[in-house]
Amino acid sequence: MSNQNKFMQWIDDRFPATKVWNEHLAQYYAPKNFNFWYFFGSLALLVLVNQILTGIWLTMNYDPTAAGAYASVESYIMRDVDWGWLLRYMHSTGASAFFVVVYLHMFRGLLYGSFRKPRELVWLFGMIIFVLLMAEAFMGYLLPWGNMSLWGAQVIINLFSAVPGYGEQIVEWIRGDYNISGATLTRFFALHVVALPMALLLMVFLHIVALHKVGSNNPDGIDIKKHKDENGIPLDGIPFHPYYTVKDIVGVAGFLFIFCAIIFFAPEMGGYFLEPPNFTPADSLKTPAHIAPVWYFTPFYSVLRAVPDQALGVLAMGASLVVLFFLPWLDRCQVISMRYRHWSHKLWLGLFVIAFFVLGYLGMKAPTDARTLVAQIATTYYFAFFLLMPWWSQWGATKPVPERVTD
Amino acid sequence: MSQDSVDHGKRRLLTWATTAVGAVGAGFVAVPFLGSWNPSAKAKAAGAPVEVPLDKIAEGQMIKVEWRGKPVFLVKRSQATLEEIKNTPYELKDPDSTGQPNQPEYVDGVVRSIKPELLVVVGICTHLGCVPQHKKVTEVDWGGGFFCPCHGSRFDLSGRVFAGVPASKNLEVPPYSYLSDDRIIIGVAPEVEEETA
Repeated sequence: MSNQNKFMQWIDDRFPATKVWNEHLAQYYAPKNFNFWYFFGSLALLVLVNQILTGIWLTMNYDPTAAGAYASVESYIMRDVDWGWLLRYMHSTGASAFFVVVYLHMFRGLLYGSFRKPRELVWLFGMIIFVLLMAEAFMGYLLPWGNMSLWGAQVIINLFSAVPGYGEQIVEWIRGDYNISGATLTRFFALHVVALPMALLLMVFLHIVALHKVGSNNPDGIDIKKHKDENGIPLDGIPFHPYYTVKDIVGVAGFLFIFCAIIFFAPEMGGYFLEPPNFTPADSLKTPAHIAPVWYFTPFYSVLRAVPDQALGVLAMGASLVVLFFLPWLDRCQVISMRYRHWSHKLWLGLFVIAFFVLGYLGMKAPTDARTLVAQIATTYYFAFFLLMPWWSQWGATKPVPERVTD
Repeated sequence: MSQDSVDHGKRRLLTWATTAVGAVGAGFVAVPFLGSWNPSAKAKAAGAPVEVPLDKIAEGQMIKVEWRGKPVFLVKRSQATLEEIKNTPYELKDPDSTGQPNQPEYVDGVVRSIKPELLVVVGICTHLGCVPQHKKVTEVDWGGGFFCPCHGSRFDLSGRVFAGVPASKNLEVPPYSYLSDDRIIIGVAPEVEEETA
């Protein structure tokens, strides 16, 4: 036995290093027909690493107090600290990039039925990650302590005032003051840098463990474990490492081209990634003329505004998130991938994507009567897509599903 | 010890009893964690009442003061405005502030103030907490009042919410009282009430 083998043997007798490596990478067989939609899971992991690394470095120079936060970001980190501007833009652009890849990752799930049996828990863990990510992004947005930080947080925290009877007390408890103040800032800081990242890492771990238990879905939506060779290896499967690790590196390269271009040339993205009012310090007596959340929250924000009643609006916004959790039980089609489903299903999904974009666009704009009407129509469709799914997903003839994956 | 002599019923009871006591203990441990999120003694002290002199407010004008970190609007209303408030031509969600009275019990539900001409309201939209803009009677065609730029809610010069806007409650009237004819204190109710800040 070579020295290297002896060393691995010594480790393996004490820790399942080789076993874990094989089960999750070298001998984890993924379908061979993954297309570009399958980049976004690994890209989400890449962005998570980016956020954690740059976040730790930002924490080293950030001052989490109402008096010092704004200056520590806009003056100290952005101007005085060597490379501080780059770390900050990597972090702020990373937040938007996170939502881009996660939305595409979720759409892939809708397209190929990746949430269907037996992958319900993969979907549920993923949805918890999505909600945690929204909380993480929301709290992170308060930290620069600009005027949009303050008023964005004011609007979102006040959503809880819709709770009957205890609304005001709950809001005061979340803020820790009669208004958003340094007390709110420090608790959001603690949650943003410690509590939520830990919860996110745990959920990512569970998401992957659940996925590797049942195996990856594929664009054809068929089970590759039905056809195995004499060694029990799926005929349509290839080991994740090296095949998909190498393929994902191509995705990483493509992603980094775009990501770096934004960091270097358009880190504010014309006010969509970093909003203009956030370049003035927080002022609790002056509301910016137009409050809009960052783009990744706007579809849900539109649902909130579409309802002309505070409590019902909050309820509708909550429901627009909660309904996603039930997706595995709403889709009743025999065929899971859109590839082999009736054209009407593709139409439903296509219109859903349009409705989501329309809601996202309207959420960035000031409300007018006409825009509110469009938001109400898009919101109705958003809910119809999910709540009528048990019926429309069974409607129309499906195409024959192949036995083996197609190229 | 052989399996026969194991009293499974007793074992189950002890397991449940231990779990229950543990859960109660966890509940007690949660108290300091949750309680530490309440406004601190320092925050409460900073929320002390503020005195406002009234001699500088002209009729139709508004001044803004800070109380507990929130803007409080003081508007001096004319007799004509008060008449319009009492017989409002606009559709309001809660014209006599009885639905969700967002005010101390010692102010009237329509004019919503101790002395009719001076309106005192917290300048925070009851929808989602933005600061509404004051619109004078002459500036707009809906009688004047407060307009929230965030989601378009409107309130009249008595802080009462219009129908058909996202906000559902009238603007909050804070506890306040008169120290003299031209001086009020925000955060302290009149002395006849047993309630004091």
